[in-house]
Amino acid sequence: MSEEHIKNEITEAHLHAYVDGLLSQADASKVSDYLIQNPEKADEVADWAAQNKMLDNLFSHEEAELRTQDIDLSISVDRPAVFAKFLRVAAMIAIVVAGVASGWVARGTMPVQNVSLQVATVQNARAAHVLYTSEVLHPVDVGADQAAHLVDWLSSRLDTKLIAPDLSSSGFSLVGGRLLPSGDNPAAQFMYENGAGQRLTVYASPGNEEKLASFQFEKWDGFSSVYWRDQNLQYAIVGEMEREQLIAIATNVYRQLI
Amino acid sequence: MMNKFQLELKKSLPDLWRYAFALSRDRTNADDIVQDCAERAVRKRDQWQRDRPIKPWLMTILLNIYRNQYRRDTYLRLVPIDDDQSKLHERLPAPSSEQDRIELAATAHAINQLPPEQREALLTVVVGGLDYGEAAKTLDIPRGTVMSRISRARARLRQIRALENGSVRRIK
Repeated sequence: MSEEHIKNEITEAHLHAYVDGLLSQADASKVSDYLIQNPEKADEVADWAAQNKMLDNLFSHEEAELRTQDIDLSISVDRPAVFAKFLRVAAMIAIVVAGVASGWVARGTMPVQNVSLQVATVQNARAAHVLYTSEVLHPVDVGADQAAHLVDWLSSRLDTKLIAPDLSSSGFSLVGGRLLPSGDNPAAQFMYENGAGQRLTVYASPGNEEKLASFQFEKWDGFSSVYWRDQNLQYAIVGEMEREQLIAIATNVYRQLI
Repeated sequence: MMNKFQLELKKSLPDLWRYAFALSRDRTNADDIVQDCAERAVRKRDQWQRDRPIKPWLMTILLNIYRNQYRRDTYLRLVPIDDDQSKLHERLPAPSSEQDRIELAATAHAINQLPPEQREALLTVVVGGLDYGEAAKTLDIPRGTVMSRISRARARLRQIRALENGSVRRIK
């Protein structure tokens, strides 16, 4: 596999590719020659190779064979009924709030007035994300097959008309949602999942604030979040992804609130 | 009679298990993660592009399952992350000598000290056997970021080992 093709000089990337066996034979011998000329680099590269060898030894191939030989691959997991139902309701969902947009002014120009409110909301959203996206048996209280009920229920508890955003254009579909506490107030969590099983939380809670806030991006411990606030609610979107992707999704959600 | 998808999946299972074990550091967790991964792969098999190798796609699914699981554990502190050296000894393959055994335990210990993003990048390439481009897709980060994380992981491992050996060897 010729992963790193050597054109002129040998770079750090070539040395890594050499250790990982990702160079063509011709390039590998160029690196070998280079290492003979550069003993200090050769020491380093030898250490890397020793690390690789150790890692390989640490996780036994034989044991892996043994432990996976009984896994049943004829698992039947087709759920046409649920899926069809989901398609029917997909059209009527789209979280979040009607009447939001009117209060929204030129995002990007509004300073955040209450940082602690933002911090608390993002923390709550992140905690909910961490706790429930990992849940295998009951990731949500109400599943996407009852999306209409879910949206009605959460709307009445938050005393605001919510809709569940349709994130299919971003590759995510609704898993479901739940009611959460946010201080003395109720909050809503909607969980989404993409084809690779990556999950995303859309969180909404009452704002108690006149001030609006534009998109605030934050990354902490691998989790990215985007926060904003409109007249009725505060929103936080949390996922384990890069800034650009999450902002694109947040923009998608925001547009559906208008 | 297995179809092509099942055959490819079956063939990948041992590699997936090693990857899951390396990430989770726990055999039972690795069993669960691989089982869950296989089920999800079967459920979402239409998303596999048949002209592409299946392993990077499977590893993406596995990594997401692991991250969800792992984050839950660290968040709730219900399942301690096991980097206890004495326990590590029990799970090591039978090494040829006591010296090898100590080396392996020390490696396991050093790996556990890496920041998660560096660990994941290194394990995806070295244990998962993906090239840098495939790893970038699996980890959902740019290729250059994969390279820099691997580079930092390797430098950090050298540093940890140097400290453990009590040597004053300089690491650049």
